[in-house]
Amino acid sequence: MALIELKHVVGGYGGAPILNGVNMAIDKSDIGVIVGPNGAGKSTTLKAIFGLLKVTGGTIDFGGENIANSLPDKLVPKGLSFVPQEKNVFTSMSVEENLEMGAFTRTDDFSDTMDWVYAMFPVLAEKRRQPAGELSGGQRQMVAMGRALMSKPSLLMLDEPSAGLSPRYVIEIFETIQRVNQEGVGILMVEQNARQALAFASKGFVLAGGQNRYTGTGAELIADPEVAKSFLGG
Amino acid sequence: MDELIFFINRVLISGTVLGSIYALGAIGVTLIFGILRFAHFAHGDMMTMGAFIAFVLATALAAMGVVLPLPLGFIVLPVAMVITAVIALGIDKGFYAPLRARGAKPVTLLIASIGVTLMIQGLVRLIFGSGTQSIYVGQPKEIFRLDMSWAGGSRPISITEPQLLMFIVTALLVVALHLFLTRSRLGKAMRAMADNAALAQVSGINTALVVRVTWVIAGSLACVAGTMLALDVALMPDLAFNIVLPIFAAAIVGGLGHAYGAIVGGFLIAFAETLAVFNWTAVLRPLNGVLPEAMQLPANLALVPTEYKLTVAFVILVITLLVRPTGIFKGAST
Ligand SMILES: Nc1ncnc2c1ncn2[C@@H]1O[C@H](COP(=O)(O)OP(=O)(O)OP(=O)(O)O)[C@@H](O)[C@H]1O
Ligand SMILES: [Mg+2]
Repeated sequence: MALIELKHVVGGYGGAPILNGVNMAIDKSDIGVIVGPNGAGKSTTLKAIFGLLKVTGGTIDFGGENIANSLPDKLVPKGLSFVPQEKNVFTSMSVEENLEMGAFTRTDDFSDTMDWVYAMFPVLAEKRRQPAGELSGGQRQMVAMGRALMSKPSLLMLDEPSAGLSPRYVIEIFETIQRVNQEGVGILMVEQNARQALAFASKGFVLAGGQNRYTGTGAELIADPEVAKSFLGG
Repeated sequence: MDELIFFINRVLISGTVLGSIYALGAIGVTLIFGILRFAHFAHGDMMTMGAFIAFVLATALAAMGVVLPLPLGFIVLPVAMVITAVIALGIDKGFYAPLRARGAKPVTLLIASIGVTLMIQGLVRLIFGSGTQSIYVGQPKEIFRLDMSWAGGSRPISITEPQLLMFIVTALLVVALHLFLTRSRLGKAMRAMADNAALAQVSGINTALVVRVTWVIAGSLACVAGTMLALDVALMPDLAFNIVLPIFAAAIVGGLGHAYGAIVGGFLIAFAETLAVFNWTAVLRPLNGVLPEAMQLPANLALVPTEYKLTVAFVILVITLLVRPTGIFKGAST
């Protein structure tokens, strides 16, 4: 059984629906990458899963139950984490406090998880006392990911983790995502660096107009001339 | 020497008293703004309400024949704080929460809080009348006098018992708040929500709980500030409504949403006010001996007449908004 499965999800922000039947299935071992033109509903899909907007149709199965319209404070303890695209760190709080906030729903001792995050992002260990707002864009992205990992999620959702980063950092953040996945965390992410991200995706989804247009492995989508022409810029 | 003693009594002690009251009030205003993003206009009346609750409890204790070495209004403070906090939670649940649930704009909430102001003031007048009450219920106000004759002063440094208690309580509360905000899980969650409410929600922080904690802190601190003000001055229905402007000025000058800023802002405004209405002739009088006849100091050399004290807070507020709109500490208002 898939870790998470979206079946014909319909939803929006109150007006006309933005998602008109999105289907997706991700396993624990998967890295799922959502690509598509601007306004396709990629971010909206992640927000719908995370209960940040109203789902009016379809089901979202996670851990054996329909979590559609559940709120984050219920979803995080269930093993779901989300890194929004923008404003994804608490700028006035230290790196360590940011990580602690990611563990807010945990009542057990999370120092192991914090060590694990610091091992993954050694720079953050050096800057643990520094306000997150003073870090570079790439380091902030690490704080944001670290925060989301502190709840020990089984599925980590990321909205354009490479946005605004220099090419060197893009490679680094993609490598980190693959490392996190190897440690047993399923990944579902939206990416504008589509070709680069699909290259390591085990599942790829091309979204347009709030619907799946193409679904396959990352390699299949890159190889598909139709997809390449319309969505990957030739 | 007497001039210095006069300065200490009139500026240092008065300024600290006023600063403590402003700071405790402004912390509440700034926390509510940080978490709920609206200007809680009724905060002054929450202070008044807290003072009246302490008054009722103290009167009840006195009626039972309880006599203690400290003012009863002070003894009952912990209980009064709890009651005020519960009422603050009730006010939020009854008036503000339904508006928030409907996605009301901050200005709507502000207007609702003006309604709450009128309601509290009306209720207080209905129950206690519009006159002035003494929270001392039969006890005299003790005054400590620090003899300064060893330093050549003919007058003592004098501080009243409630003033002394207020310094201690304010210091303790500020330390407790600091520890809460920097050490506890919930305190950090509160800072997180003030910093970025959407991300706090995404992190799984129980934002409804944070809102409740905010009201508990704001309500109980308002109770302390109101009671202290009543102990220092007198108890009346418009006790704290009159100082809503300096309290908001303190919160804004300190940087809205920033608890430490509110404390700094509170003392800054209080000392500015105290210094502005201080009669400088009292300290500079010795200069009359060396100044030529034509340049003798006038009898009253205050920068601002006492009745215009409120303008000081207003001027500081306007200057802050013009020069550094985010406040001394970078506030959350932008
Ligand atoms: N908070 C909102 N309220 C109302 N409509 C919104 C909101 N956020 C997004 N939309 C609308 O939903 C549609 C899909 O937006 P979405 O953010 O999901 O696109 P996207 O695929 O992530 O695009 P991009 O590549 O630009 O990030 C757009 O038409 C957008 O205008
Ligand atoms: Mg998007």
